[in-house]
Amino acid sequence: MSSNPASTTPLPTEPMIVTKESAIIVRDLTVAYRDKPVLWDIDLTVPKGILMAIVGPNGAGKTTLIKSILGLLKIAAGQVLIFDRLYKQQRHRVAYVPQRGTVDWEFPTSVLDVVLMGLYGKLGWFKRPGKKEKATAREALRQVGIEELQNRQIKQLSGGQQQRVFLARALVQDADLYFMDEPFQGVDATTERAIIDLLRSLREKGKTVLVVHHDLQTVQEYFDHVMLLNVRKIASGPIKEVFTLDNLRKTYGGRVGFLQASQEAQNIPEEPANVE
Amino acid sequence: MLEFFSDYTIRTVTLGAALLGIVSGALGTYAVLRRQSLLGDAISHAALPGIAIAFLITGTKSSAILMLGAMIAGWIATLIVLAITKNTRVSYDSSLGTILSVFFGFGLVLLTLIQKLPNANQAGLSTFLFGQAAALVQEEVITMSIFGICALIPVALFWKEFSLLAFDPEFGKSLGLPMQWIDVLLTSLLVVAIVIGLQTVGVVLMSAMLVAPAVAARQWTDRLGVMLILSAFFGALSGISGTLISSSVTKLPTGPTIVLCVSFLVTVSLLLAPNRGIFWQYLASRKNAERLKLDTVLMDVYALAAQHTPMTHPHAESVLNVMNELSAKTAKSLSRLSELGLVEEASTGHWSLTERGQQYVEQLINDRFYLEE
Repeated sequence: MSSNPASTTPLPTEPMIVTKESAIIVRDLTVAYRDKPVLWDIDLTVPKGILMAIVGPNGAGKTTLIKSILGLLKIAAGQVLIFDRLYKQQRHRVAYVPQRGTVDWEFPTSVLDVVLMGLYGKLGWFKRPGKKEKATAREALRQVGIEELQNRQIKQLSGGQQQRVFLARALVQDADLYFMDEPFQGVDATTERAIIDLLRSLREKGKTVLVVHHDLQTVQEYFDHVMLLNVRKIASGPIKEVFTLDNLRKTYGGRVGFLQASQEAQNIPEEPANVE
Repeated sequence: MLEFFSDYTIRTVTLGAALLGIVSGALGTYAVLRRQSLLGDAISHAALPGIAIAFLITGTKSSAILMLGAMIAGWIATLIVLAITKNTRVSYDSSLGTILSVFFGFGLVLLTLIQKLPNANQAGLSTFLFGQAAALVQEEVITMSIFGICALIPVALFWKEFSLLAFDPEFGKSLGLPMQWIDVLLTSLLVVAIVIGLQTVGVVLMSAMLVAPAVAARQWTDRLGVMLILSAFFGALSGISGTLISSSVTKLPTGPTIVLCVSFLVTVSLLLAPNRGIFWQYLASRKNAERLKLDTVLMDVYALAAQHTPMTHPHAESVLNVMNELSAKTAKSLSRLSELGLVEEASTGHWSLTERGQQYVEQLINDRFYLEE
């Protein structure tokens, strides 16, 4: 509830990574709920222009990680840089797609109005969305393939359509960095396809996308980078290097049975692939 | 009817009641949508010690000063509730209940104290318990209007921010909007709306004026803007009708009558509103059940016919009866289906699928299995 906690920590005079601008740098991030650590000493560097999955068991802190990067939660310690600056200064370059279940879909509003909410930050105080904003919102709805639903009541939407509305709301923000919390949760196959196409087109435009993801089977197919998380960071980096059975075991603990099954189906390597 | 409006007292009271209905109806919309209906109850009960203290300090019964006292007390109570919820493990409803009773009890103690004071001015403060609309004078209505306008203007100015706060506050925060301050502002407006009604309706019944019009309005629309205006209208309507009814019957208290009027509106809306009303939903579910039954019988005809070429091969009704033992009224369904042109009676007691019936079933199968998009 307080202002961005990252701002209270002084900026280091020399950035740790000098080579090129990273989309996200997280250092020593610790978040605790009362006395229980939810995230413990996380270091993470996300290069620009990639699709990264954040993977881990329930309660691993995936949503917490996103929310603390976005300054929605109080962090106990650590630092977050977005495009080498504090989040506060880069807010206009960041868009957020929360979990579908966090809002009341019975709320009396229409699809177009929800999408327009993505523009409320840029509109400024007292201004109402006009023709231009509505055109932007319609274009975003077209991109997610539900333009014809713009006047629909949100309670009449299916799960997949709700997810698309949330994606459209993030698209109108025209950000460089997207955070998506379980966008594939409970959607139909068509929507899953549409979302993955959208993610790829975002990457083609040089955007960076971080996705909390549940389905280990599709990680290799959909993403190019992955972060394995279970309160601590187990590993992060290109899929080929870090999406290994060994790392997955460390992340998911003893429940390796289903991992072995998926290893056979997906050819998850026991050891990292030889990367030059 | 006309004589009512020519009467100074009744005109004043009606105006005051309408005003309080508009303001509480409008702001109650947000309270209901944000699931904070009980906050209104806590605020109105917590306002009582504020009224007493304002009187003890100033010694006047000027409505503006008493309202100010009520407002400060209601506001402090709200802040305490929010602080308890945020900083302790006590849940929201527990802290609401606690603060409500502590403040209300304190208020009652103060009122008793005031009644024992040798001050001729004191009588009348206890009317705040159940309200006394009939005692409203023009000066008070003017005070109410000023407070009311102050509470409604921000709703227009911060329309975007308030809708975002009600729908998805966390997303608002991610956009960089100071959602916490917007929350404080909206809650303060709620306090103002409650205080406006205290004198007329009283602290005990005030939360009804906040919640009921919004609940009724929600039944009739799926648009936030329409809901807010409708809620304000319902509030005004019950304010006016409550006043008129109570003034035409001797000794009928105005505040409770207003609350009864708004309860009537809620009942009607819950029963009769299209789509969301209970009556409407009953009709819809009956129609749905009827359709499902017809579909089931038609599917059975299809299943039998599918084993033959051409599919128009007729089958005996008795077979269908056996297949569909749960709904014994197969004959009725079949004749209804033949009215719709989906089946036809080839010979007595033998039914065959028409071409349209075949298309219908195939479409149905398609829809059921590929329902999403």
